[in-house]
Amino acid sequence: MAYTEEELKKELETKEYEYGFYTDIESDTLPVGLNEDIVRAISKKKNEPEWMTEWRLEAFRIWSEMVEPEWANVKYTKPDFQKISYYSAPKKKPQYDSLDEVDPELLDTFNKLGISLEEQKKLAGVAVDVVMDSVSVATTFKKTLAEKGIIFCSISEAIKEHPDLVKKYLGTVVPRTDNFYAALNSAVFSDGSFCYIPKGVRCPMELSTYFRINQAGTGQFERTLVIADKESYVSYLEGCTAPMRDENQLHAAVVELIALDDAEIKYSTVQNWFPGNKEGKGGVYNFVTKRGLCEKNSKISWTQVETGSAVTWKYPSCILKGDNSIGEFYSIAVTNNWQQADTGTKMIHLGKNTKSTIISKGISAGQSQNSYRGLVQINRRATNARNFSQCDSLLMGNKCGAHTFPYIEAKNKTAQIEHEATTSKIGEDQIFYCNQRGIDTEKAIALIVNGFSKEVLNKLPMEFAVEAQKLLEISLEGSVG
Amino acid sequence: MLKIENLHASVEDKEILKGINLEVKPGEVHAIMGPNGSGKSTLSSVIAGNEDFEITKGAIYYEGENIEELAPEERAHKGIFLSFQYPVEIPGVSVTNFMKTAINETRKARGMEEMRANEMLKQIREKAEMLDIDRKFLSRSLNEGFSGGEKKRNEIFQMAMLDPKLAILDETDSGLDIDALKIVANGVNRLKRADNAVVVITHYQRLLEYIVPDYVHVLLNGKIVKSGGKELALQLEEKGYDWIKQEHAV
Ligand SMILES: Nc1ncnc2c1ncn2[C@@H]1O[C@H](COP(=O)(O)OP(=O)(O)OP(=O)(O)O)[C@@H](O)[C@H]1O
Ligand SMILES: [Mg+2]
Repeated sequence: MAYTEEELKKELETKEYEYGFYTDIESDTLPVGLNEDIVRAISKKKNEPEWMTEWRLEAFRIWSEMVEPEWANVKYTKPDFQKISYYSAPKKKPQYDSLDEVDPELLDTFNKLGISLEEQKKLAGVAVDVVMDSVSVATTFKKTLAEKGIIFCSISEAIKEHPDLVKKYLGTVVPRTDNFYAALNSAVFSDGSFCYIPKGVRCPMELSTYFRINQAGTGQFERTLVIADKESYVSYLEGCTAPMRDENQLHAAVVELIALDDAEIKYSTVQNWFPGNKEGKGGVYNFVTKRGLCEKNSKISWTQVETGSAVTWKYPSCILKGDNSIGEFYSIAVTNNWQQADTGTKMIHLGKNTKSTIISKGISAGQSQNSYRGLVQINRRATNARNFSQCDSLLMGNKCGAHTFPYIEAKNKTAQIEHEATTSKIGEDQIFYCNQRGIDTEKAIALIVNGFSKEVLNKLPMEFAVEAQKLLEISLEGSVG
Repeated sequence: MLKIENLHASVEDKEILKGINLEVKPGEVHAIMGPNGSGKSTLSSVIAGNEDFEITKGAIYYEGENIEELAPEERAHKGIFLSFQYPVEIPGVSVTNFMKTAINETRKARGMEEMRANEMLKQIREKAEMLDIDRKFLSRSLNEGFSGGEKKRNEIFQMAMLDPKLAILDETDSGLDIDALKIVANGVNRLKRADNAVVVITHYQRLLEYIVPDYVHVLLNGKIVKSGGKELALQLEEKGYDWIKQEHAV
């Protein structure tokens, strides 16, 4: 049978596509769009075992059936998922030869944050000579951890080196079916971190310095898995206070924490993605699924300081499965200009005598919208469950908004739930009072905001807290005219 | 040090100060008295640079300079201090932290280095002791949940820490018990030097027994209608304001 002109053209197109496809595999970026072949290609590029490829494909199939959710309190143009490239090599080529070529405004911010020159170069994408210091730091760091049997590596490495652990836990806390973004992440995640603390081990350091150095190059679909075995403890710091400019608009990370019996995980985040300019253009959309599972007598604390992104959608949650387990959520979310944040937490009480604490501080300035959405669910079996929630909002000016949506579902009569909410404004009298003591308005606002956020800042590890304070200050600069 | 000439000020088009004249020289203590709503707090706010009030006429000179265009913090850096009638609460900010910020911002503006931590600590210890303030108190959130008297004592503590040239004390005595009044007044007296000045606003003669004024002024309906020595305060205590009101029938 002779081809029709039309059929011929079509086949040629596909051929061309396939051809282009394979050459691209050799190079470092995959073509835009998402289908099973792309998922396979990602897995192949990362030399993953068969089971992992299958796991991703299943996630892709689930995602294909899902519809992107509508969120009541954030408005944005939805990304076109077929126009995104789902893989590019993690090591980007340096964009600049020296710091002189970098946007001075960005450098100014780095300086205010007290970031070292070497690190500034890294963050801004400037070519760096091998920094002996940080390399050796990272190495000694790894050695100390290894002595204790702690595994701390990239998730890709873990898939190859510790397949049993990954197989056992990946997707158990955030299943692929959980939500649209989690399914997408499961199909295409490019990298992220893996951490395992063996039984009875107290991780001797905050897992931070090393991480921060490596943070600059991480991709848009990160996957993190932290497992604290019985009676172990770890404090984990994620993120970076330096403003992250990224050409990738959509970020959809998944973080899973597993605290086995009597274990404790502290997970702290400082997030400062580019929020968009003053007119609200060009910011990052950040859709994150973070969830922890608590077994018997264990504890998970989420602490977060969110100042970035144009749109943030994020609910670090705890499933309090084991009896006597404890979940905590401490959050500061700042929105300025046209930013929109919809954050909060879910505390799911399944076990007996489970306890949860939620402290949420929302600060809105400019035209921004800041929503807290929290769910406290006490299941039938969860006798004597207790929750305390406190949601405070601080408004600056008249054009921004703060919204609180607490949902409570208690199916056990013994539950004790307390909820407190306040909304306040930075008063002109407060500012004048500070002014009169020699403190200018910008500094006065920083002081008042830090005071407002203190309960949460206190939960951060010391060095992080200092950075977070400066970050709050910078995020609100120019918000009062 | 301070010279106010025919000062008129209004808020939302309502004129509150209607031609104030006042001169305060270094080393002097002035008392301003007057009925409720006569404009005493407004006058102190305007001197401190509160932008809620608009100066419509006249001028304020501080150390020979017209300060109308100066922001409140700039006036503070130059040594103007106001003890508020109603001190404001700042939740989550400790007295110590607030003081540290205020001192270092002021030093920065004066081109000085930040105060060293042990120097700061020494100062805090000294001044807290002088005013009989429990140090635990200094770790509490500024004015939050403070009793009326505690707030006033804390204002004077701040004054002691900042060591201003011109201090305006707006009803610092109200809310203080008898013992506290003595302690605070003593504190103010110990801060008194030949090169600084104090303006006390009060309703009661009692404070003036401790902080003895060189001049007493009566503010009535936005104007200083009578000035005299400390005996004027005694007269007012005895007779009230009616006789002055009659003299200046409104
Ligand atoms: N922000 C404002 N808006 C409107 N009116 C004001 C404002 N501030 C002060 N006033 C008015 O100005 C007048 C003077 O007030 P001010 O507080 O200066 O009085 P005062 O002499 O300090 O009184 P008191 O002895 O009660 O403290 C009052 O009538 C008051 O209501
Ligand atoms: Mg008054």
